Amino acid sequence: MQAFLNEYGMLLLGGVGETLFMTLAPTLCAYLLGLPMGVLLTVTKAGGIAEAPRFNAVFGWLVNILRSLPFMILMIFIIPFTRLIAGTSIGATAACVPLTVAAAPFVARMVEQSLEEIDRGTVEAARCMGATNWQIVTRVLLVESVPSLLRGLSISTITILGYTAITGAVGAGGLGNIAFRFGYQRYQKDLMYVTILLLILLVCLIQGVFNRIARHADKRSR
Amino acid sequence: MIEIEHLSKVFQDKNGRVMALEDVSATIRDGDIFGVIGMSGAGKSTLLRCLCLLEKPTAGRILLDGKDLSALRGSELRAARRRMGVVFQGYNLLMQKTVAENVAFPLKLDKYDKAAVAARVAELLELVGLADKAASYPSQLSGGQKQRVALARALASDPEVLLCDEPTSALDPLTTRSVLELLQDINRKLGVTIVIITHELDVVRRICNRMVVIDESRFVEQGDTAAIFADPQSRIARLLLGKKED
Ligand SMILES: Nc1ncnc2c1ncn2[C@@H]1O[C@H](COP(=O)(O)OP(=O)(O)O)[C@@H](O)[C@H]1O
Ligand SMILES: [Mg+2]
Repeated sequence: MQAFLNEYGMLLLGGVGETLFMTLAPTLCAYLLGLPMGVLLTVTKAGGIAEAPRFNAVFGWLVNILRSLPFMILMIFIIPFTRLIAGTSIGATAACVPLTVAAAPFVARMVEQSLEEIDRGTVEAARCMGATNWQIVTRVLLVESVPSLLRGLSISTITILGYTAITGAVGAGGLGNIAFRFGYQRYQKDLMYVTILLLILLVCLIQGVFNRIARHADKRSR
Repeated sequence: MIEIEHLSKVFQDKNGRVMALEDVSATIRDGDIFGVIGMSGAGKSTLLRCLCLLEKPTAGRILLDGKDLSALRGSELRAARRRMGVVFQGYNLLMQKTVAENVAFPLKLDKYDKAAVAARVAELLELVGLADKAASYPSQLSGGQKQRVALARALASDPEVLLCDEPTSALDPLTTRSVLELLQDINRKLGVTIVIITHELDVVRRICNRMVVIDESRFVEQGDTAAIFADPQSRIARLLLGKKED
């Protein structure tokens, strides 16, 4: 045990750090893109506050196409774009680009789903009080859905964490990379089990923290 | 004054056209407590939704002090909406906001002064008897209390007209009475015209000075409450009043 830690401790610690970075940075970027996308999907829907069914259909279709691309393919496909943004196509920072592109449409749908849960009447009441569409979005939709958005954030983060294992396999670092190099290429089972354990712990940690925050934020349940 | 002129509303749904309101006309005078009574599905909520501009009439007009509401757009429309307060059937409060924040919501839609809003919220909560619940969330309130919050919120922007959809149908008799007394108070003290939509005869009898009976999307009888109660003409009013057909 001691020997194992001496030999691989730093490696694993670095892996955890890189995985966290590759998870949290793209999650943040994906929400910067996906949150407005999700709002747009919601408000332009038939019966929404800024109805535009044709735009909604086209935009929804685009989002679905992006979502249906397997991450591995998307990652390779957008390498030129990744180079343009990150200056390189390898390493943890570069990996954030495809991770963000893959996660944004996913996040958009998660956000859309959260906003959908809001009662129509609540929006109508705001409209009756003379609220503008922008005020309805920022003061009703995005406020009433906070607990649900936080639960969605938990799911999105864990999904992105899963993607990092794939970027890891193609050399972007992190726990996925360790599992791939040592577990798959060198067949060092012990190290692979430890990385798996660490990944599970990370998932539980993220889920636990976010769900706790979501529960605390929800004013309906007290 | 609200004039409803030959108003019709047709809904288009999967199984065809639904005539929810058919050529209805009525005048609601300033200071009235105007009752709209009818059975479920008669078109009451549709009337309210047309009045508060959530639905566009298929035909006819609604005039607020002589001004045609359906012609309004953008900021003019929003301004007209602020002259009317609406209390919805399901209260429609913001569940993630405190009682005080809910009441402050309409006050913060325009440029506002923080201290003035706080003072107005306190005043409104005092009026509806919920001063001690300012920091509570709607989920912590009873039905009657939620109704009072919705009422305070509707009154926040100093409307000339208050529209209430089934304000008491989810409340027990005692709470009903206190809410009705509150409405009467608001009408007298603040001079707010009130339109009450209900299927409960008792509500109309207790506080409405004028009323209209709505049946199968038409107004079948309207006038002074006392006169209609004394001598109902329409079949449905007689039925509601429990008078025998002769
Ligand atoms: N958005 C809508 N689409 C289709 N039909 C509707 C819609 N809203 C109301 N209706 C129909 O119009 C009629 C009147 O409804 P409503 O005004 O809600 O009645 P009330 O409030 O008196 O119970 C009903 O037959 C109802 O099904
Ligand atoms: Mg109704």
